[in-house]
Amino acid sequence: MTVTFLPLQEMIRAIRSARTQCEERGVIQRECAAIRAQFRQADNGGRSHNLAKLLYVHMLGYPAHFGQMECVRMIASPRYSEKRVGYLGAMMLLDEKQDASLLITNSIKNDLSNSNQYIQSLALCTLACMGSAEMCRDLAPEIDRLLRASNSYIKKKAALCAVHIVRKVHDLGELFTKAARSLLTEKNHGVVHGAVVLITELCERNSETLERFRKTVPDLVQIMKGLVISGYSPDHDVAGISDPFLQVRILRLLRILGRNNEAASDAMNDLLAQVATNTDSTKTVGNAVLYETVLTVLDIKSESGLRVLAVNILGRFLLNNDRNIRYIAMTSLQKIVGTDHNAVQRHRGTIVDCLKDQDASVKRRALELSLALVSASNIRSMMKELLSFLSSCPPELRSQTASGIFNAAERYAPSQRWHIDTILHVLTTAGGDVRDETVPNLIQLITNTSELHCYTVHKLYRALLSDISQQPLVQVACWCIGEYGDLLLTGECQETEPVQVTEDYVLDVLETVLQSHMSSPSTRGFALTATMKLSTRITENVDRIRSIVSIYGSCIDVELQQRAVEYNALFKKYDHMRAAVLERMPVIEKNSQGHTNGETIKESQTVKVKPGEPQQPANQVQANAAFYTVFSIVATVTVYEKDGVTVTLSCEKQSDSGLTVTLTASNSTESDIRGFTLQAAVPKSVQLHMKAPSGDSLPARGTAKLVFTFADMSEVYETKVSPVTS
Amino acid sequence: MFALVANQKVVIDWPCFWVVLGGSFLPRGVYTVLLFKMQFMLLFSRQGKLRLQKWYVPLSDKEKKKITRELVQTVLARKPKMCSFLEWRDLKIVYKRYASLYFCCAIEDQDNELITLEIIHRYVELLDKYFGSVCELDIIFNFEKAYFILDEFLLGGEAQETSKKNVLKAIEQADLLQEDAKEAETPRSVLEEIGLT
Repeated sequence: MTVTFLPLQEMIRAIRSARTQCEERGVIQRECAAIRAQFRQADNGGRSHNLAKLLYVHMLGYPAHFGQMECVRMIASPRYSEKRVGYLGAMMLLDEKQDASLLITNSIKNDLSNSNQYIQSLALCTLACMGSAEMCRDLAPEIDRLLRASNSYIKKKAALCAVHIVRKVHDLGELFTKAARSLLTEKNHGVVHGAVVLITELCERNSETLERFRKTVPDLVQIMKGLVISGYSPDHDVAGISDPFLQVRILRLLRILGRNNEAASDAMNDLLAQVATNTDSTKTVGNAVLYETVLTVLDIKSESGLRVLAVNILGRFLLNNDRNIRYIAMTSLQKIVGTDHNAVQRHRGTIVDCLKDQDASVKRRALELSLALVSASNIRSMMKELLSFLSSCPPELRSQTASGIFNAAERYAPSQRWHIDTILHVLTTAGGDVRDETVPNLIQLITNTSELHCYTVHKLYRALLSDISQQPLVQVACWCIGEYGDLLLTGECQETEPVQVTEDYVLDVLETVLQSHMSSPSTRGFALTATMKLSTRITENVDRIRSIVSIYGSCIDVELQQRAVEYNALFKKYDHMRAAVLERMPVIEKNSQGHTNGETIKESQTVKVKPGEPQQPANQVQANAAFYTVFSIVATVTVYEKDGVTVTLSCEKQSDSGLTVTLTASNSTESDIRGFTLQAAVPKSVQLHMKAPSGDSLPARGTAKLVFTFADMSEVYETKVSPVTS
Repeated sequence: MFALVANQKVVIDWPCFWVVLGGSFLPRGVYTVLLFKMQFMLLFSRQGKLRLQKWYVPLSDKEKKKITRELVQTVLARKPKMCSFLEWRDLKIVYKRYASLYFCCAIEDQDNELITLEIIHRYVELLDKYFGSVCELDIIFNFEKAYFILDEFLLGGEAQETSKKNVLKAIEQADLLQEDAKEAETPRSVLEEIGLT
């Protein structure tokens, strides 16, 4: 029988020599037709080639689902070459979402008990790659068996397979605990590595298992010591470090075991110091181990000397020539800037220098860290750097920088004038990237700084003369000119060079804004209102204002039209009230954030209050209120009431980035409750700072209350703080 | 009775805040589940052609294609001197260029980027040893071997064997097994059987 298909390599050559996409498609269609024909035929010895061809075609992006059943058949074949390609096909074409994947469960089961370890290996690899939860449940006992009684080659694979199983079906973790423990004592590096990964996974999923495995800390320390001190071992050596992969894994496990546990942390203290000091940091691989050590030290309850050592290592990383190392140093420093603020401050200079780095990722890290390091003492110099960064930073970082600058300015402004100057600077440089509430916030700030009205309006007027494209700036400027235009006309100003303008000039500027195609509708609204307000602040050109207002009475924009008509009415029918209506605005009080945020959140994310509990204040907690609306009010909710113990939760919004949650526990039983403690967990995007509680025992009859206070030091940017609002 | 009360777990169904009563007090108060996992590895040329894709998470073909397209574009847009790490969606991408091929791994949030670079390097070394001064063409024409080598080095996204020698030995043995199996299967002609050809 003539062979009608090309061998694999010929096909690849044919596809690559196709000059156009169309030609390539033609070749592939012919080949796929041949492959399909071959699939239908009986066993002809070329099956593995066929499937390999199909897999190549699949990698190019063409559909290959018709090969799924062939994979299933090949896996069941007794020939090793066919099994090998069959399993590869399964991993590429079948995933747990495909129904066909269940069909291979039986084959995998059989192959797991095959006498040939390479066949067992294929089954293990496939299960660990694409095993669904069902398959995992079916085959877990087999894996456990292999963990206990097989050679090292299989044991190490079984361990990682068990990791996959535990990730898919958490409950099965219990099954592997005992086997995992005994694997730690083996000599083979691969097996120990697999065991460590498995134990890490088990401890992460179950806190009881974590408790049990704490006892292994001394053994892990021993193994690690062996690796660090041992002589050259050619099999596992990488640039002078003995088995860095295993070292990193052990360090990671130690981190998990030492977290929140004094005893365990103490037991590993010396080892960590040793690794930190002795590891060669001239190559990346040494730095990888040092990095993991630093992460471990910072996460466990290490003594202060060790922490200082770790932060110093990060400081050294910051000065490293390799950009990658600088990047990860900043990532780590970001994590500890809240807790070890002073230590990180020492490296502020280097971090600020990284703002000028070419790489956008490094810039982003440097920005976040710089913003976290701003404090009252360095605000002026930091702001200079940040503002110069803003003028040259990549577009995707501008809005983050602007928000950060505003927050920092609000917190640490040394003077009102500085604050206003800073905001104006941001608006002129990056006006398009600021958030909507910047305009009302700035207006409020200006109103409240009465001594600077003259200065502010002069600055804004000058800004407006040079550029009317930045909408937030134009809006604020129009508003100011409307309010304080009379101060412009006096020709005097203490704080800055006064302008010599006539009323016409001022009105010209406002009219330019009104007529410009660059002005958004809301900006034009601002300009119109400002023009109207000036009618009570100027003396000669009131008629000009009257005519402007009446022109806009027939404007197409409905909002402008409405305003113009109303102002017209003010001129005509209510002239006697005009002065009173348009007089200076009083000082605005800062109202709660919630009322300006109108974002909706999905139903599932609304706060669930137990039925029967008083909703306070009920009328303000709307189903579609934003996250901060709910928590800006001090709402007290009873969250636990059983066996005489009552726990209530109350939240208070402290600032833009902080939320204080207070838990009050009271005891209404006859006897004292001792050893009352609390644990809290939050998602990664939120930082939690838990203060010490007022005590740990609840005396009888609720005579005293226990107060736990959490200050939620969330990251500075609202976009990251709550998943609800983004 | 006190123990009961102290050990009871209460979980409030709040969007982003869980409170658990009982257990030991944590002054630092932060407890996050650390995630370390390699989600996928991609190899692609400087023209954006995919040479190998290994996925360790279940995704539909459509999603895989979308991710591949976007990621390839993002990585190819990077300038030569830039950092090997970038944030993409909620993953960390570690990539390195070797000659005309980009090796790109996606790892989860808490994973160590530097050791991932070492993993990539180890894989390249294995390919190099196996093919003898490997080049892109070797990986194109022998893609299934590249997969077999990867599967002997990583399992479920984790390194399974930290000794280069052992990985290569295992591949060698498996290849031999395949050869033997083929030998046994090829039907030999009658003349061959009696040694006349």
